[in-house]
Amino acid sequence: MYTFSNRLRTAAFVLMIVGALGLVYGFFSAPSTEAEAMAMVADAHHGDDHGAATHDAGAAAEHGQDAHEEAGHGEEAHGEGTHAEEEHGTSHGEHLLHQLQNKPWAALYVSAFFFMMISLGVLAFYAIQRAAQAGWSPVLFRVMEGITAYLLPGALIVFVILALSGFHMNHLFVWMDPEVVAHDELIQGKAGYLNVPFFLIRALIYIGGWAAYQYFSRKFSIAQDTASDDSNFKKNFRISAGFLVFFLVSESMMSWDWIMSVDPHWFSTLFGWYVFASMFVSGITVIAMITIYLKSKGYLEFVNDSHIHDLAKFMFGVSIFWTYLWFSQFMLIWYSNIPEEVTYFVTRIEDYKLPFFGMLVMNFIFPLLILMNSDYKRLNWFVIMAGIVILLGHYIDIFNMIMPATVGDQWFIGIAEISGILFFAGLFIFVVFNALTKAPLLAKRNPYIEESKHFHY
Amino acid sequence: MASKVIQALYNDDDVLMSAVKRVKAERHHIEEIYTPFPVHGLDKAMGLAPTRIAITSFLYGCVGLTVAITMMNFIMIEDWPQNIGGKPSFSYLENMPAFVPIMFELTVFFAAHLMVITFYLRSKMWPFKEAENPDVRTTDDHFLMEVALHDNEEELKALLADTGAVELKITEKH
Repeated sequence: MYTFSNRLRTAAFVLMIVGALGLVYGFFSAPSTEAEAMAMVADAHHGDDHGAATHDAGAAAEHGQDAHEEAGHGEEAHGEGTHAEEEHGTSHGEHLLHQLQNKPWAALYVSAFFFMMISLGVLAFYAIQRAAQAGWSPVLFRVMEGITAYLLPGALIVFVILALSGFHMNHLFVWMDPEVVAHDELIQGKAGYLNVPFFLIRALIYIGGWAAYQYFSRKFSIAQDTASDDSNFKKNFRISAGFLVFFLVSESMMSWDWIMSVDPHWFSTLFGWYVFASMFVSGITVIAMITIYLKSKGYLEFVNDSHIHDLAKFMFGVSIFWTYLWFSQFMLIWYSNIPEEVTYFVTRIEDYKLPFFGMLVMNFIFPLLILMNSDYKRLNWFVIMAGIVILLGHYIDIFNMIMPATVGDQWFIGIAEISGILFFAGLFIFVVFNALTKAPLLAKRNPYIEESKHFHY
Repeated sequence: MASKVIQALYNDDDVLMSAVKRVKAERHHIEEIYTPFPVHGLDKAMGLAPTRIAITSFLYGCVGLTVAITMMNFIMIEDWPQNIGGKPSFSYLENMPAFVPIMFELTVFFAAHLMVITFYLRSKMWPFKEAENPDVRTTDDHFLMEVALHDNEEELKALLADTGAVELKITEKH
C-alpha cells in the first residue's frame, strides 16, 4: 500500500494556497469601470515600452484598428457593427473592460479544464487498455485509476465555472449574452443548440457518463483483487468497450461546447479529435511521470524500464498525432482563406505569435527530436524532462484555444494564469495521491498481471 | 583455407534462444544463425553489436527534407513563381504550409527507400543472387545455428544435442 508522504501533501497544500491567493489577486485586480480599464492599458504601454514579448499588437495605436479587424469577436459579438464612428471611443472602452474582466475567469477556466482533461485522457487510455485486453499495462492500472479519481472533482469545477457563465457572472461565452444574440443572426441560427439550459444539461450528461464509468471500473478492478474467478475482469472489459463509444461522442461534443463555442461563429469539424489528441498525450505523460515518481520512492517494484519505454513511445507517437491533427486543421483553413474561418488563425498569429508558434515547438519539434532515440525513452529523468515540456506545451495549446476569444490581445501569462496552474496542480496532486493510498498498487488478480510483470521489449 | 563449422538445426524459436544462451555461456563462437522469421531478442543473445540502421535512417530523412525544400523553392518560388491559394506572396516561408505534406512525404520516402537499399548493400544482397542459407528448411520451419569448430567436435556435438538440436551436421565453411 502506498502512503501519501507528508512532504508531498504539504507541497500540494502550499500549491493550492499560493494558487488560490494568486487567483483572488487576479479577480481583485480586474477593472470594474471602463475608465479603469483604459487607464490600465495606458499604464502598461508606458511602462513596458512596447517591448514585452510579442505583445506588439497591443500597442495603443492599433487598438482602434483591432476592434474593426476582429470580425469574429469584436464588432459583431458586441453588436457594435452599426455604431457610428463617433461612438467608437466608448464602445472600445467597454470591449476592453470585458476583456480585462474576463482575464481572471479565463485563467481559472483554462487551468481547470487542463487538469480535468489530463484525467479524462487517462480514463480513455485506461479504457483502451481494458477493452484491448493489453498484456503490458496491467501493472500500471492502479496508477491510472488514481489519476482518474481527479476526473469527477475536476469536471465538477469546470461545470461550476460553466454554470457561472450561464448566470452571467462572467463573459467567457459571448453567445450566452442575450444582448449579443439579439444582434447576431449567426448565433440566433445556432440558438437551438447553443442555449444555456441545454448546454448545462449536456455538460451533466458527459460528466455523469464519465464519472459512472470511472466509478464502476475502479470498483470492479478492486473487486477482482480478492475474487476467485475472472467475472469482474470480464465486466470491466464490457463496460470499457461501451464507455469508449460514449466517450468518443461525448468528448467531441464536450470540445465543441466547452471550447469551440467561445468562438461561436467559427467551427472546425475535426476539433473534437484535436482536443482529444491533446488530452491523450497529456494524460499518458502524467501516467509516465507519476509512475516514475512512485518508482523513485521505492513503490511499483514490478514496473520495469520496458513499461516506461512503452509510455514514452506513446508520448512520442501521440505528440506526432497531435501535430498531424493541428496541421490538418490549420492547413485547410489557411489554404482556403475563407474570411469567417481564417479569422481564427489570423487572430492567433497576429496577437498570439509566441504562444502559437512556441506551442508547436514544444509539442512537436521538441518531443520529436528528444524522444526519437530508443535509448532515451528508457532514461527516467529524460522522460520526466520531456514530460514537463509536453505538459506546458499542451497547457499553452488550451490557452490558445480559449484566450483569443475571451481576452483578445490583452492576454498575458501573469500572476492569475500561473496561480491557476499552481492551484489545480496542488488539487490534482492531493486528489490523485490520496486515491493511490486507497488500494494496493498492484492489481494482483488481473489475469494478465504475470505477462505484464514480465513485459520485456 | 576453409574452416569447419557444425550446424545445429532446431524446430522452435524458444529452444533456439535458450540454446544460444547456453552456447554463449560456454564461450563458443556462433558464426551465424538462419531463421525463417525474425526472432525477437536473438541479436542481443548472440552478442551482436547494436544496429546503426536507425542512424542512417535519420540522416536519409534529413536528406529527403532538404531535397523537398530546395526542390519546391526552385519549382514553386524561383523558376516559375506560383500563385498559391490566392496568396501571391512569392515567398517560400509564407507559402510553407502548402509544402509541408510534400516535405513530410519526401522525408519518409528517402528514409524508407535508402534505408532498405542500405540494408541490402550491407547484407550483400542483390537481384538474382544465390541464396546463402545452408539448408532450405531455414526458409520454412527450421532454425539453424552455425558454430565454429576448433578440434572440439565431440564436446560441441554433445552440448548442442543437449540444447535440443534435432539434427547436427559438420561441413566446410567457404
